[in-house]
Amino acid sequence: MSEVSFSFDDKIYKGNSGEPLAAALLRNGLIAITNSTYNGRPRGIVGLGVEEPNALVQLVSSTKESMLPATVIEVAEGLAAQSLTGVGALPELPDEARYDKTNRYVDTLIIGAGIGGLKAADEHLQAGGEVLLIDDQPSPGGHLRHLEQELPSDLQNIFKHKNLTYLSRCTAVGLYDQNYVVAIERRSDHLGNAAADRRARIRVWHIRADKIVLAPGAFQRPLIFANNDRPGIMLSHTAATYVAKYGIRVFKRAVVVTVDNQGYRDAVRLHNAGVQVQGIYDARTSAEGASVDAVKTMGIPVHFRTTVLDTSSNSKGVLKSVTIQNLDSKEIVETDADLLAVSGGWTPMVDLATHIGIKPKWSKQHAAFIINHSTEKLQTVGMLAGDFGGDDGPSVFFGPILDDEQATHAYIDLQRDATLKDLRRGVGAGLSSIEHIKRYTTIGTAHDQGKTSGMLTIGALCQFSSIVQDEKSNLSPAEVGTLSFRPPYVPVPFAALAGRERGDLSDPIRITPLHQWHVEAGAVFEDVGQWKRPWYFPKPGESMDDAVRRECIAAREGVAIMDASTLGKIDIQGPDAAIFLDRIYTNMFSTLPEGQCRYGLMCKADGMVLDDGVTTRLGKNHFLMTTTTGGAARVLGWLEEWLQTEWPELKVYCTSVTEHISTIALVGPKSRQLLSELVTDIDLSKDAFSFMHSSEATIDGIPVRIARISFSGELAFEINVSWGHARYIWEKLWVLGRPYDLTSYGTETMHVLRAEKGYIIVGQDTDGTQTPYDLNMSWIVSKKKDFIGKRSFQLPYLKAAGRPQLVGLLPKEGDEVIPEGAYITALNAQPDEHGKTHHIGFVTSSYYSPTLGRGFALALISDGLKRMNEIVSVPIGKKILQAKICDAVFIDKENVRRD
Amino acid sequence: MLYIPCPHCGLRNETEFHYGAEAGVAYPDPNSLTDNEWAKYLHIRSNPKGWLAERWVHFAGCGRWFNLWRNTITHEIGPAWIPFTEQPKLSAEGGQEDSKA
Repeated sequence: MSEVSFSFDDKIYKGNSGEPLAAALLRNGLIAITNSTYNGRPRGIVGLGVEEPNALVQLVSSTKESMLPATVIEVAEGLAAQSLTGVGALPELPDEARYDKTNRYVDTLIIGAGIGGLKAADEHLQAGGEVLLIDDQPSPGGHLRHLEQELPSDLQNIFKHKNLTYLSRCTAVGLYDQNYVVAIERRSDHLGNAAADRRARIRVWHIRADKIVLAPGAFQRPLIFANNDRPGIMLSHTAATYVAKYGIRVFKRAVVVTVDNQGYRDAVRLHNAGVQVQGIYDARTSAEGASVDAVKTMGIPVHFRTTVLDTSSNSKGVLKSVTIQNLDSKEIVETDADLLAVSGGWTPMVDLATHIGIKPKWSKQHAAFIINHSTEKLQTVGMLAGDFGGDDGPSVFFGPILDDEQATHAYIDLQRDATLKDLRRGVGAGLSSIEHIKRYTTIGTAHDQGKTSGMLTIGALCQFSSIVQDEKSNLSPAEVGTLSFRPPYVPVPFAALAGRERGDLSDPIRITPLHQWHVEAGAVFEDVGQWKRPWYFPKPGESMDDAVRRECIAAREGVAIMDASTLGKIDIQGPDAAIFLDRIYTNMFSTLPEGQCRYGLMCKADGMVLDDGVTTRLGKNHFLMTTTTGGAARVLGWLEEWLQTEWPELKVYCTSVTEHISTIALVGPKSRQLLSELVTDIDLSKDAFSFMHSSEATIDGIPVRIARISFSGELAFEINVSWGHARYIWEKLWVLGRPYDLTSYGTETMHVLRAEKGYIIVGQDTDGTQTPYDLNMSWIVSKKKDFIGKRSFQLPYLKAAGRPQLVGLLPKEGDEVIPEGAYITALNAQPDEHGKTHHIGFVTSSYYSPTLGRGFALALISDGLKRMNEIVSVPIGKKILQAKICDAVFIDKENVRRD
Repeated sequence: MLYIPCPHCGLRNETEFHYGAEAGVAYPDPNSLTDNEWAKYLHIRSNPKGWLAERWVHFAGCGRWFNLWRNTITHEIGPAWIPFTEQPKLSAEGGQEDSKA
């Protein structure tokens, strides 16, 4: 290890490269490093790893990630961090570090590289399997690392095996069904300034394994006593490791309090490292084992049936003395100490196994919940499975009996500042389930998710049940049960989960072949699903309203052009194609002549409108269906579902051709004249090429298909051309169109034009609860044939009065444009006795119409078709507008303009 | 995330599939049913605790619909089969029973 500089709270310190920041802070004499979140009490380091409840820091270097325990940050040249009082701050700038993800399939995944995990790895490698071994520490060995012991040589050899992949600093955060694990590998922070610029900071591993071995180990747990949160009070294994392994020399006089032999082992390590251990206070009546003998040899006094009751602090809030209580006589003695090392037993990390519903079992012998699980697919080993090494001999003990005053300062969840008093208040309020107590007290809800406090809560509930006589007394932890653990096991930065799928890469962007033209023409775009569509084309100085009015007038009075390439297009072929479409659409398609188009509406089996669009019959057994832009994938899936699962006897083949065919709409009274200049091989005259007629043609040798389709009510042509030729055709039209003042328009103008004509947009004027009848489209419902959804129209609730029906709405003040989504009430409706004003419908589409010279809207109103000319109220905030119900077709009811 | 055996593509992650509810609910002759029977076809499924034959579609793969045994409590996945072929029987453990046995 080399000495490096790092900064903490703006001061420069020396530390050893690779050691935990917590060790470096202790060596520099920082015993109290933060204040608690709610009560402002001084706090110091308690743990060794992710269980740390106090020592949270925010990185000042690199990504400025917040809420990281100082126990897991490795010291490196350039590290800068600051203390937090348990509340992190989001950095102001985006996280610019690189994050990536990878998928891995493996025979055996082993989680945890302690002795248990390494032995399992050895076995599976010897059996010929491929093994992925992940571990959250910088190097393998588990507790052996803390004890500075070498791995046995046979286990060292597995790291040379070609079938082993070992990932250090890699934490499994979730275990899911069918042996799926998500793990987070930290790849660059520990390198500090030496990290390569583009190295991924965190890699998210998505792992699927035939077999998973869980060997996560265990955390030591603290005890509940008064003032148990002072800096200088640590878990005994933590204290011994910082002192013995990392050479921390700031503690002089230690007291060890224990319920098992681990406390003795740690006392030995503290003693050997030069700390004066004043005594071991053991809650048990006796103890035996090698560590107990060792302690006796060293002359460390051992006191049975004693434990810590309370502590005192110096002026800085740091531990000064420990009050010891005899559990039988209740006598107390006070001992000076600057280190209180607490061993409250081990808590195996059951989290991952519980993610998939495996229940931990209480073992009195281990004084712990363990999971001993072994199937072909999942196995637990090591401490999780109850392999504690044999001579711990723990007693089930969570702390002395405290009075209410003492309980006020006896902390269960240090991060949440939740005390034994809070827990008793919860029980007193009638809560008995540990899940309810968790939510009442907030215990276990902080960043550490109860890694040390969960078991204490269970213990405190058991202890309390034995004090309160009138309750069912003496609960055992088995009866209390454990808290539910949910992924992630440790906090995961959102940036890591997002990986590289941020900004432009967060979702695919779909563009039409005319996109670049739109960009050059200054279009403002809107997102329609993944598509970028021109919204409007403002000229310099024009507002959106100005542009849309100009575009609408061009389409109604001159000629205008729109890119409709995003329409979903499905090529449907096969001898049964016509029969199939008859079943899918509410109207008839088998009677459609070749070279003709028809507007069609499709419903789900429940009778609700699913999608609409124009379908063209290209040949006897060949149709080209168009769908709404957003519905393309859904409709193709719908067709496939019926063909594959209900009507496999139909010979029909559906292919998405959305991105093969570009569609250009040429709209307006002058559109025929303009198009005639370009298309000379077919007769476009009114009589020769009638409405809803479709024909092949050529433009400069390029094959196109031209159709008389209108989504505006105007004379209009749609030109279908292969994707790659679209821009050529468009630009050709644009040049020829100059004398006509050809105007490009976007989706907003398209919406105004179609709404003026009362044409619906499925998904805007419908929400999946409208039948064709609700939309006043009974004309499209065939009486001659069956189709999907038809039977539902006979259901009483679809025929009943009161259903919302699509109607037009004219605001009383002509220049008013009602916001879309606005609720509609009966005229001057008053609140009922509950203070609620009942609505009768809502506005689905609303625009200003330059042609009408006023605002207008479409709305779904209960029994709307029977309420023509009724005046209704539309409350908008404090203002109440009035509007008149009218027919949904606002212009050209006679359909004369389209020819 | 479920690991689903597409009969055409093999084991794939759940994210490649869409769910299609209970299998074996054939589209009836709509006109032979009472309103109640039709409403039952539309809205009522068996929704058992335990093993259920379900429809899934491998939309991000081969695009084919198939049927699958799945345990709604344990999330165990049983055998999959192609529609209109024989439905495999489940063994007690949820695996496919050997038809020769």
